Amino acid sequence: MIRFAIKRLLLAIPTLLAMLTAVFILVRLVPGDPAAVMLGDQASAEALRALRTQLGLDLPLYQQYLSFLGSVLSGDLGIAMSSGRPVLTEVMNVLPWTLQLTAAAIVIGTLMGLPLGVWAALRRNAWPDYLGRMLSLTGLSFPAFVSAILMLLVFAIHLGWFPVISAATTGSRTEQLRNLALPAFNLGLIMMAYVMRVTRSSMLGVMSEDYIRTARAKGIRPTRLILRHGLRNALIPIITVVGLYFGTLIGNSVLTEIVFNRPGLGKLILGALNVRDYTLLQGLMIVFASCVILVNLLTDLIYGLVDPRVKYQ
Amino acid sequence: MSATATPLPAASRSYALWAALSRNRLSWVGLGLLLIIILTALLAPWLAPHDPLQQHIIARLEPPSAEFWLGTDSYGRDVLSRIIYGTRISLLVGFVAIMIAMLIGTTLGVLAGYLGGLFDRLVMGLVDVLLSFPTLVLGLMVAAMLGASLENLIIAIAITEIAPFVRVARAPTIALRNRDFIEAGRALGYGPGRLMGVHILPNMISDVIVLGSLWMASAIRTEASLSFIGLGVPPPTATWGSMIREGFEHILDAWWLTVFPSLAILLTVLALNLLGDALRDAIDPKLRSE
Repeated sequence: MIRFAIKRLLLAIPTLLAMLTAVFILVRLVPGDPAAVMLGDQASAEALRALRTQLGLDLPLYQQYLSFLGSVLSGDLGIAMSSGRPVLTEVMNVLPWTLQLTAAAIVIGTLMGLPLGVWAALRRNAWPDYLGRMLSLTGLSFPAFVSAILMLLVFAIHLGWFPVISAATTGSRTEQLRNLALPAFNLGLIMMAYVMRVTRSSMLGVMSEDYIRTARAKGIRPTRLILRHGLRNALIPIITVVGLYFGTLIGNSVLTEIVFNRPGLGKLILGALNVRDYTLLQGLMIVFASCVILVNLLTDLIYGLVDPRVKYQ
Repeated sequence: MSATATPLPAASRSYALWAALSRNRLSWVGLGLLLIIILTALLAPWLAPHDPLQQHIIARLEPPSAEFWLGTDSYGRDVLSRIIYGTRISLLVGFVAIMIAMLIGTTLGVLAGYLGGLFDRLVMGLVDVLLSFPTLVLGLMVAAMLGASLENLIIAIAITEIAPFVRVARAPTIALRNRDFIEAGRALGYGPGRLMGVHILPNMISDVIVLGSLWMASAIRTEASLSFIGLGVPPPTATWGSMIREGFEHILDAWWLTVFPSLAILLTVLALNLLGDALRDAIDPKLRSE
């Protein structure tokens, strides 16, 4: 297992480097002079020159690239132009909010999606299956901000069950949970649709295998049959989808945070866009992509835990 | 997608697609909806009761009425007419972005699969990098860097959708490149361009097109999301995402500004998903649900 983990970790390094190179190129593709864009039309020539030196824009491109790689790899994402604070500090300030939201969504999505998917597979072509498929297809069709707005309209504005602005920094545990509920359910229900869909099709495949028939013939209790013999073998594609879904989840959390006016990486990125803070945008892009690469890595490691065969390949 | 399975011949592919479509009743619902949506886009000038940009100063933020079926926005513009015209932007951006992604992705995929070696590794490296950015974040960055305009929006969305096409074109190319009929072509002195374009590409083109229809739903969702963030086609052009963005400021007193464009987006994406679902069943028997 350790050897497998190390090998997989080494494979992530080229992707990480390539990602950083892509970010570097993308930021350099901005039309015009980034310093001029940041300072606006009224900037003096001296201010421009000073900022260019500060950003290292007067160096040759390869030196800019090397110093960019060097500082990012040592954990320095630069100084956010809009606030003057380090990008990493800005990110760390709001990261707990986003983590709390996405973690709650993953819990909701998995806890509801797995059983519903299994149920749909076991009642194939009966009403739970049709209903489930319709629900999951509808869930897949919602852009996260659309579902968020509709939930906000119904549950916060019309019924008044939840706050309209989900940003309680203080208050009791229950108050904070009430704030988290709507955004978390918005993300969680969309994720449920994905999990349910893949659980259903994966379970359908597994339940027609010979070893299930054998197990059934041996007289194993149905719960044990479904959970140990069925679900456990159906898990690999499910984990793959949950892992792949992470990128979408991040995008959806950005939109959800904006709608519910909740602090987090989403609101940070929107603020950076509005003031054209390219250092902050670049930093956020690196943070987001690193998260995705990390989750891909974790997904592969979980394969090794779930399915012993993976380790020996 | 089954990666190494040998593709079916093109003729039985089209038959399988047709069979899957006619078997799946929900796909007819999707197809019907999609036809209505396309007709709405084409006939917008005749269907819209008002000019989508005309401001009725005395009728601002009016709830749905006989005059304005879906109400008016804060400038007194007719919401229904703006939704009808918005159909054009959503379909145009979704379609053109997917066509560009399809063209670039399939070309790269076939070339990578056929040539192998360093080129293959470079292309697959590019795919890994593209996949390491969340779709929305990548689209948001590219759109922000290029500036808000219709063309830039299309470019940004196309970039986010290239990777799946590379994958779906590369795998069958690898399976095909050493088959007898390709060897025979080589022996006859056909160049690589002819082998790839005439003999390999037709074997996967139906897969690519099916994938295109599936990912168009995702492209339209991304367009709406970017417009909602403010990175879409600049105002006053009516797009569903920007209508919701503007309506969101009045969410407490004018629900119709957000609800109706939301339904338009939802129905369009749902129609594409219903259709795409049936098509995917046809090309990938492993995922077949019936």
